[in-house]
Amino acid sequence: MRGHVLRRIFSTDHKVIGLQYGFTSLFFLLVGFSLVILIRWQHAYSGQAFPLIGSLLGEANAPGGIISPEFYNQLGAMHGTIMVFLGVVPLAFGAFGNYIVPLQIGAPDMAFPRLNATSYWLYAAGGVVMLVSFIVPGGAANNGWTSYAPLSDIAAGHGQTLWLAGMLLLIFSSLLGAINFIATIIQLRAPGMTWFRLPFFVWAQFITAFLLLLAFPALQAAAVLQGMDRLAGTSFFLPSGLVVAGQPADVAGGGNALLWQHLFWFLGHPEVYVLILPAMGIVAEVVANNTRKPLWGYRLMVYSVFVLGFLSFIVWAHHMFLTGMGTAISAFFQATTMIISIPSVIILSSLILSLYGGSIRFNTPMLFALAFMPMFGLGGLTGLPLGLSATDIPLHDTNYVIAHFHYLVAPGTIFALFAGIYYWFPKITGRMMNETLGTIHFVGSLICMNVIFLPMFIQGLAGVNRRLWDGGAIYSHAQETLSLNIPMVYAAFGLAFFQLFFVVNLLVSIRAGRVADTNPWKATTLEWTATATPPRAHGNFERPVRVYRDPYDYSVPGATAGFLAQNAE
Amino acid sequence: MEIPYTSEVRPDTGLTNPKLGIWLFLASEVMLFGSLFSSYVLLRSGAPTWPVQHEVLSVPLAALNTVVLIASSVTMVMAWASLAPHTAAVTRGDNVAEGNALKRYRLFMGLTLLGGAIFLVVKAIEYVDKFSHHLYPATNNFLGLYFTLTGLHALHVIVGMIVNAYLWGPGTRMWRSQPERFANRIEVVGIYWHFVDVVWIFLFPVLYLL
Repeated sequence: MRGHVLRRIFSTDHKVIGLQYGFTSLFFLLVGFSLVILIRWQHAYSGQAFPLIGSLLGEANAPGGIISPEFYNQLGAMHGTIMVFLGVVPLAFGAFGNYIVPLQIGAPDMAFPRLNATSYWLYAAGGVVMLVSFIVPGGAANNGWTSYAPLSDIAAGHGQTLWLAGMLLLIFSSLLGAINFIATIIQLRAPGMTWFRLPFFVWAQFITAFLLLLAFPALQAAAVLQGMDRLAGTSFFLPSGLVVAGQPADVAGGGNALLWQHLFWFLGHPEVYVLILPAMGIVAEVVANNTRKPLWGYRLMVYSVFVLGFLSFIVWAHHMFLTGMGTAISAFFQATTMIISIPSVIILSSLILSLYGGSIRFNTPMLFALAFMPMFGLGGLTGLPLGLSATDIPLHDTNYVIAHFHYLVAPGTIFALFAGIYYWFPKITGRMMNETLGTIHFVGSLICMNVIFLPMFIQGLAGVNRRLWDGGAIYSHAQETLSLNIPMVYAAFGLAFFQLFFVVNLLVSIRAGRVADTNPWKATTLEWTATATPPRAHGNFERPVRVYRDPYDYSVPGATAGFLAQNAE
Repeated sequence: MEIPYTSEVRPDTGLTNPKLGIWLFLASEVMLFGSLFSSYVLLRSGAPTWPVQHEVLSVPLAALNTVVLIASSVTMVMAWASLAPHTAAVTRGDNVAEGNALKRYRLFMGLTLLGGAIFLVVKAIEYVDKFSHHLYPATNNFLGLYFTLTGLHALHVIVGMIVNAYLWGPGTRMWRSQPERFANRIEVVGIYWHFVDVVWIFLFPVLYLL
């Protein structure tokens, strides 16, 4: 019995690992969300004790329940880190990729099952290190999620060092995962599953894996260098003549603080597309399935995702227009940034055009997928002024930036992830999630997210900086927009409330949901048509699979059925 | 459950899974060391003064290490070449070929391990010599980069040696049961070992000669 339990925990089956990734990353999404509720309270009611649980935050963090500036900085840094590296990416890539990709390409498992398990456990270890850093003396990292040097180099305590250690573990995990995904998609496609018969979701995961593989090592290098700065006393990111707290810093100097920014954003920008591409893939699957017609411009979307992946490596310095790196370099990076918006717009437009003429089914996954499009579009369009160096100068580091990328990631990517959970839940459990609870979850989340993020554009345009403990209360230019913080905090509480509908729905439906048949959404892709629901424990397919058709053969003229499975002759 | 193409080649891609996997891993390693070499270039080109590198470091010791590491790459190829032609014979159950090939393989893999060990000893001598002259990573950015880059490279040598040692010792059991897969394993660790060699071939001129 004990051996059995261990075999389940340290399973090498891609479906078990996918679920492990899924539940762990949902937990971290919850942690990251809790941190930001504290931040929103602090902005709205600066200097007032957090209600009910304020006293539980610890006397060092929140004396009398009032969030201290030091703790506030930890909240900001760790909210970003946890949401990006421990929440969204592992859910989008680790969980959905692991569970769905092998099924969709007709593979028995990932190419390297043991590596796959290693990847998950490294991720879990990285998560534990990040959580533990909250309870060490001095608390967690407090230098922003970007850990800009030299501040992060000289930060006291062990928080930043643990952050670096945690990041190294997460990077190893991602690299192993990326290698595994690429090898699986290249090598383990079923006979007949040619490249242009891959579902768009698989393409999105494939390009995402390349981004992780080639971009993350830059942060690996940066983390090693910053680790040396912090532990061995080197000065890679510490310039000569640095004065800390009125005292000349006792270091050799000669370093370059901008080097950190270059290395960080060389990862950081492709990472943005790591957050977005799997979401686009999920939305594409849900849209094709629920419009009952092929995706509009499938090949165009595939070419676009390639271009997007390539260009994402040469736009990173648009995060650095204010560093004085020179107009020639700024001109180059703003040109590439404008160009990269073209493939993004092509993909989004293709998804919207796919709706035209479809007989749309408005189920919960489709609602989330439909909301993804305008929300992602809003986030994308508001990014253009940040990509142009002239307009970025006044907007840089304001709440406008926060609003911009949260529209991409929160009602964008996270909505797509919800769509994916509602869509693939019957595949995983053999039961349906409740549609009524799902609709309440959707409507509530959509309203609350917009109430939280839309006012941030207004605050940002007024010039309110993004990292202020008091939300800008001491600045005269911020006064007129401060009152917006009050609806924002209540919307944050509301967002938490509406997530309860999701959590209850998820947990109850696992045991008590309506039993689903093999292919409840009448989908064409292999995970629904060639496997049992829920799929077999090991091996996935009872018979060898052969693929004869394109991924989205819905409403084929002349066909008797409304859809033709990929493995239908 | 068998994963397809673990030891046989997939016809349309011409690859086995492990070979594709190791090349992908090396792609990420290229980006890692590429980032570090780029950092070196940026820090050095921005520095008002830079130590004369070959006066600080020992070029003869590094040259010796270069020879040792390249030799160990050659023995690594020979370790693989001792096995690869005989996989079919072993599959047929030819015990003589199996034993002879394994003996030659053990010799060459042992020499590869020895090369790695000599490299690390020489590296340690260099480190101790620097420390005894009070030259530490914190002394200046050149020494910081020197210790970081060579330290990370030495870590790669150690990881390679651990894998090689496993394949020299307990790992050889697979030679009898799945000879082709075992020969592929040697090829794959060989590719990694050559990469570690190549990194050193870049480190040597950049840190010691330029």
